[in-house]
Amino acid sequence: MIGSPFVLKEHNSVRFTMIKVMAALIPGTLAHAWFFGPGIWLSLIWCGLLGIGFEAMILVVRGRPLQAALTDGSVLLTAWLLALSVPTLAPWWLYMTGMFFAVVVAKHLYGGLGQNLFNPAMVGYGALIISFPVYMTQWAAPAPLANYLPNLSDAFDLMFIGGNITPDAYTSATVLDSLKTATRGGHTVMDAFSQPIHGLIAGKGMELVAMMYLFGGLFLIANRLITWHIPAAFLAAIALTAGVLWQIDPAHHADPLFHLLAGGAMLGAFFIATDPVTACTTPRGKLIFGGLAGFLTVIIRTYGGYPDGVAFSVLILNSAAPLIDAFSQPRVFGHAKGGRAGR
Amino acid sequence: MNGKVYPIPGGLHPAEHKAESNARTILVAPLAERYIVPLRQHLGQAARVLVQAGDTVLKGQIIGTPDGHISAAVHAPTSGRVLAVEPRPVAHPSGLPDLCVVIEADGADTAVEMHPIDWRNLAPGELAKPLAAMGLAGQGGAVFPSHVKLAPGGTAIETLILNGAECEPWITCDDRLMRERATAIMQGAEIMRHTLGAKRILVGIEDNKPQAAEAMRGACAQLKLAARVTVVPTRYPSGGAKQLTQLLTGLETPSGKISTDIGIQVFNVATAYALYRAVELGEPMLSRVVSVTGHVAEPHNIEARLGTPIVDLIRLAGGDLAGVTGHIIGGPMMGFDLDDTAAPLVKSVNCVIARNPALFPRHPPAMPCTRCGQCALACPASLQPFELYWHAKAKNLDKARAYKLFDCIECGCCSHVCPSHIPLVDYYRFAKSEIVAADRAKQAAEGARQRHEFQLLRQEREKQEKAARLGKKASERLEAGAVAADDPEAARKKAILDAAIARAKQAKETVQAKNTETLTPEQQRQIDAIEARRQAASPATEHEA
Repeated sequence: MIGSPFVLKEHNSVRFTMIKVMAALIPGTLAHAWFFGPGIWLSLIWCGLLGIGFEAMILVVRGRPLQAALTDGSVLLTAWLLALSVPTLAPWWLYMTGMFFAVVVAKHLYGGLGQNLFNPAMVGYGALIISFPVYMTQWAAPAPLANYLPNLSDAFDLMFIGGNITPDAYTSATVLDSLKTATRGGHTVMDAFSQPIHGLIAGKGMELVAMMYLFGGLFLIANRLITWHIPAAFLAAIALTAGVLWQIDPAHHADPLFHLLAGGAMLGAFFIATDPVTACTTPRGKLIFGGLAGFLTVIIRTYGGYPDGVAFSVLILNSAAPLIDAFSQPRVFGHAKGGRAGR
Repeated sequence: MNGKVYPIPGGLHPAEHKAESNARTILVAPLAERYIVPLRQHLGQAARVLVQAGDTVLKGQIIGTPDGHISAAVHAPTSGRVLAVEPRPVAHPSGLPDLCVVIEADGADTAVEMHPIDWRNLAPGELAKPLAAMGLAGQGGAVFPSHVKLAPGGTAIETLILNGAECEPWITCDDRLMRERATAIMQGAEIMRHTLGAKRILVGIEDNKPQAAEAMRGACAQLKLAARVTVVPTRYPSGGAKQLTQLLTGLETPSGKISTDIGIQVFNVATAYALYRAVELGEPMLSRVVSVTGHVAEPHNIEARLGTPIVDLIRLAGGDLAGVTGHIIGGPMMGFDLDDTAAPLVKSVNCVIARNPALFPRHPPAMPCTRCGQCALACPASLQPFELYWHAKAKNLDKARAYKLFDCIECGCCSHVCPSHIPLVDYYRFAKSEIVAADRAKQAAEGARQRHEFQLLRQEREKQEKAARLGKKASERLEAGAVAADDPEAARKKAILDAAIARAKQAKETVQAKNTETLTPEQQRQIDAIEARRQAASPATEHEA
């Protein structure tokens, strides 16, 4: 061992990276709490506790040291992303099932941090939407439209006790749901868009939450935690695919701006598709990865059985990432064009 | 006016720590009592020792002569008596001792006669010969023998690049040398340009050394040289030969080649200075400037004779302060830990850094790689360092090679930026040495196989020739006289002969049997091994045949 370099970059660690990514989620989460009530904080804490619990458990089972893995912050980020993806105020066991799939199945059965093929939060989300589709559509109505906005103690009741409030009292269909219902029922996009839930562009409240995710994402790029490639390609492909469909048949397809701000597009673009462990790593690979994921997102939203397509398109591309990487290696210094690594 | 600066990939800007040592003028070390002069101070073959214990030597006397084409002479740094020629601790990453000439100074510092070289009347390329005895080696760290670099052959050299980038943190010896002795450096550069037949000189200096750049510009103007000083951004590793070449010319040195293949030769500024002294003053390379910095009382640049114990240099810089835990030779990005400060100053040592835990904290334990790609952004070779890491770790050496492991220059940028604190470069060094060892073993096995096959072939041929010879003799005898026909002795001989021919034929068929023609190397190795064992076990069979 020669030991050089003797100096490492300061304030640089996996934990610090995770903390910065979580910090970038704060604006979006605050907006979420503003529009949909303080229940999100409860889901966040619950998911965080579940994440640490499951991770500790599986580390013991795997015979791995606990401290380093539990304090690297990665499981808290996974918990945060899942909490933002699952309808707030869902019953406690729903989060538990999701976190089990995320941490135990997606992350640790593949070997833990850095080894997982699929994005843990999206595996958790996917398992839930397949297993419990009804619960997964019961999103709280945004504050301006809700008859009733559950406070923290209501939220606790709803999540852990069941309470006596029926979901109808505080939930409403999301814009993507109402779009799906309308287009399936033979109605036009305008029918869906005339609902009060539509808001200005893509869902009352939700469109502003999405803007906050965009804001946090730009912070990530500015801090060189992610590169621009995946978000840019992902959003451009969403806009392009939606734009083409919209041009062909504007009556039955939503406009590109709607697709960019609706559902999980912004969260997916900056925080989910960019997960370095499961995404492509080469510059060109990232463009292909983001582009295909964006394209699939709109295709699934338009033609698929589920209202949103971010989770499934990212999971599909996760499985293709190693292959895309292998064929998109950049040119190495001093090698002729085409003198790529891996050949 | 600044020359054009071309973009290069990767790089980073670690804390510079230049101010500690660059404010003071170069300190000339007083004569030491004892010098330890290693015979291997350059890349290539160690010099062949010419003296033995008890000999008296003069300053500048050759005590080690170049051994082979890529080698450099070694000289006595002062006059005195040779105490010993023996292995001593040296400044080398391996930590292994190496053969040194230990000289006790007599204090008179009597020098051999030194003759300047009339380089202006030498045709380009002819300087290399007289220079071979001067012991010059590149002072940037690679210590390639300079006289070899001055007669590169092949592609004509258009451009001479003078490397004053000094991109590693802490090191300031080139900075001080350029500030204080710019004219001599540029005179040396002009001799280099003439010898190489180059058209122009480009000098590259990082923008954290404005005074050095100013001094060098002044020297160029004063000497009226076809030279241009270009200030480049402070971004490690701009001082890598291939990096500086691209920064100044935009040209990318092809993988596996050196800059001379594209008509460029690169020398360090300190080497140009040493060349000036060698040619204009006739003085072989006896000393160099070294930064002694870090956790010492008075960080300094010291001009010291080669062979000065490093502990003496540290003393000249005020000595280690309390809490020093070791010394780094070279810069913090590519240097190595010195095991023993008794080791001497050699041609490659540009910096000694006293380390303490505050300046150089212990690396935190490594975490798993998250493929975050920070290393790829920092890599000056445009590699994907994390891919190399995964393959090296899995000992997937073919893959590591395919991902261009050997284009890695071990600059340390990837390790520096890794959020998981993985000692990436250590993995690459390991993988490279494994691959080199495997290649060597493969070559050795291939050589053994070929030698063995040749042996079989030769034995077979000899048998056949012998048989043919005997057969010819026998038939001659048959033809010569009928007497032989009923001679029982001749008949017996013929029978033996026929049997031998039959056996030889059979052996030939066995050797050339069809099912052994398309063997895998593994099968062939096994067969060869069995064959070798069989022959070793029964030498008697050989004699019978």
